Amino acid sequence: MGALADGVATYGDEAEERVGFFTDTSVCIGCKACEVACKEWNLVPEDGLVWTGESYDNTSELGANTWRHVAFIEQNRPLRGEDEVDALRWLMSSDVCKHCTHAACLDVCPTGSLFRTEFGTVVVQEDICNGCGYCVPACPFGVLDRRHLPRHSGDPPAEILGLQLGRKEDGRVWKCTLCYDRLKGGHEPACAKACPTDSIQFGPLDELRERAEKRLGKLQAESWNGARLYGHDREDGVGGFGAFFLLLDEPEVYGLPPDPVVTTRDLPAMWRTAAIAVGALALGVVAAFAGGSE
Amino acid sequence: MTDSYYGRPIVKEPVWQPEIPVYFFTGGLGGASSVLSLVARVSGNDLLAKRSIYIGAAADAVSPPLLISDLGRPERFLNMLRVFKVTSPMSVGSWILAFSSAASSGAAFLSAIGRLPRVSDVARTASAVSGAPLAVYTATLISDTAIPVWHEARHELPFLFGASAAASAGAAAAIGVPTRAAAPARRLAIGGALVENAVMLAMEKRLGLLGEPYRQGEAGRYAKVAKACSLGGAALLAVAGRRSRLASTAGGALVLAGELALRWSVFKAGFQSARDPKYTVLPQRERAARRGAAARSDLPARP
Repeated sequence: MGALADGVATYGDEAEERVGFFTDTSVCIGCKACEVACKEWNLVPEDGLVWTGESYDNTSELGANTWRHVAFIEQNRPLRGEDEVDALRWLMSSDVCKHCTHAACLDVCPTGSLFRTEFGTVVVQEDICNGCGYCVPACPFGVLDRRHLPRHSGDPPAEILGLQLGRKEDGRVWKCTLCYDRLKGGHEPACAKACPTDSIQFGPLDELRERAEKRLGKLQAESWNGARLYGHDREDGVGGFGAFFLLLDEPEVYGLPPDPVVTTRDLPAMWRTAAIAVGALALGVVAAFAGGSE
Repeated sequence: MTDSYYGRPIVKEPVWQPEIPVYFFTGGLGGASSVLSLVARVSGNDLLAKRSIYIGAAADAVSPPLLISDLGRPERFLNMLRVFKVTSPMSVGSWILAFSSAASSGAAFLSAIGRLPRVSDVARTASAVSGAPLAVYTATLISDTAIPVWHEARHELPFLFGASAAASAGAAAAIGVPTRAAAPARRLAIGGALVENAVMLAMEKRLGLLGEPYRQGEAGRYAKVAKACSLGGAALLAVAGRRSRLASTAGGALVLAGELALRWSVFKAGFQSARDPKYTVLPQRERAARRGAAARSDLPARP
């Protein structure tokens, strides 16, 4: 399995070096500058203002209107070693679309709205998306969602609003574009630019992988608890992430799947099963005529 | 105890509305009815052939509006035919439905006006050839997601949906055709219902932990309704369907209700399994552990 993401080869001479994110959660301070910078740059609408009571996290999850999400986890465990009593550690991690090497959302999109850019990233073309919603359950990380526009208590009822402005809910799916427009201009994505601790690092993926290995070695040498890389392995179920992580606990603690697999990996076998079922259905109907029509 | 992030789901629940499971039903009914019509025509049962293609054309005709109404941007429905992608069962299915519904409505129209019998037969054949995939592909569509109870059920779902489609087509024809010509339809309804219930049992058993959502909550309630209606209707068709048109109609209606409930149950089970992170995390953890164990056993033994 090569370093190239699916489909990049079709760009020929226009293909660019594959870029991505390395999110080093060991230096994340939970400032949420990435969330704000992303919303500002990409004009992402509000996603509801609620207090969850879940540590400092009131964003909760990635979705159509949240392309960076900072998770906060409070644990009674020391950051390093095991001998400290009454220890407390606070894990923070900025989650984002993984821009998978083998991307299920892109594979299942029936309109061709989702596509692979020349940088190896995965982007939705909003002028083509018809809101079929197939990519939503296809993503093993729950990144994509259909956009609902927020309603405020003072607003007139939605129907009246629809009539007045001539538009309804957005209806399309949205997700992180890895700031495709900024990449085109030679800039790093807004979240990485805004990150004050370099927890979010942007760059050529191969370079990031090397840097991550070194960082992991250092943390392990300093006996940080639970340090591991997540999504750096090109042999994993999605062929490696374009945006991978250094975590300090199991992925599921951060709301990430422990062993994600691109669902279309099994699609050839699924089509074969379907073909057999089609044959069985035809035979079944023929068999119903055995014994005549009376 | 499953580690998770404040118990929040990992994969997203689908955004699909009730139109979608209803389409699973109408697509199955339409596709299988076209197959039934062709086989009836070949075997010389022209009444059954004619009524079945009417049923097939009607079911095929209501299917696209159902799908379009579910889109976030219905006015862009034609984008579905913008590309053909074999990696997307929805793309493949859109083309199948477009072709099959054109063929079945053409065959039904020609059959109704009694003109161009050759062309009518070609259209009927085309609708049958595309009808069988139409009845089954929706299972592949939902299997090709990260929803645990759909993806892991990928070995059984096409057979479940195929059998359900067969039962639907048989049941609808048992209602629409006089009993003297409806014997194959009754057999199809009964056989489809039996196979479908057997597949469902086997599927739940093999799935283990992931069989749970099919038995619980709304999915579980609809599964019970599906079982009672499909088997009850099949029994009625078997016992009295030959003698009484009333019994045939009642039995057919029960089977149809059962098949609709089955699609609804499978649909809801998917949502339920997405909502609880344990259905995503536990099977994946086990898979990773098995792979780890296999990798360790590949290492050369230490002296």
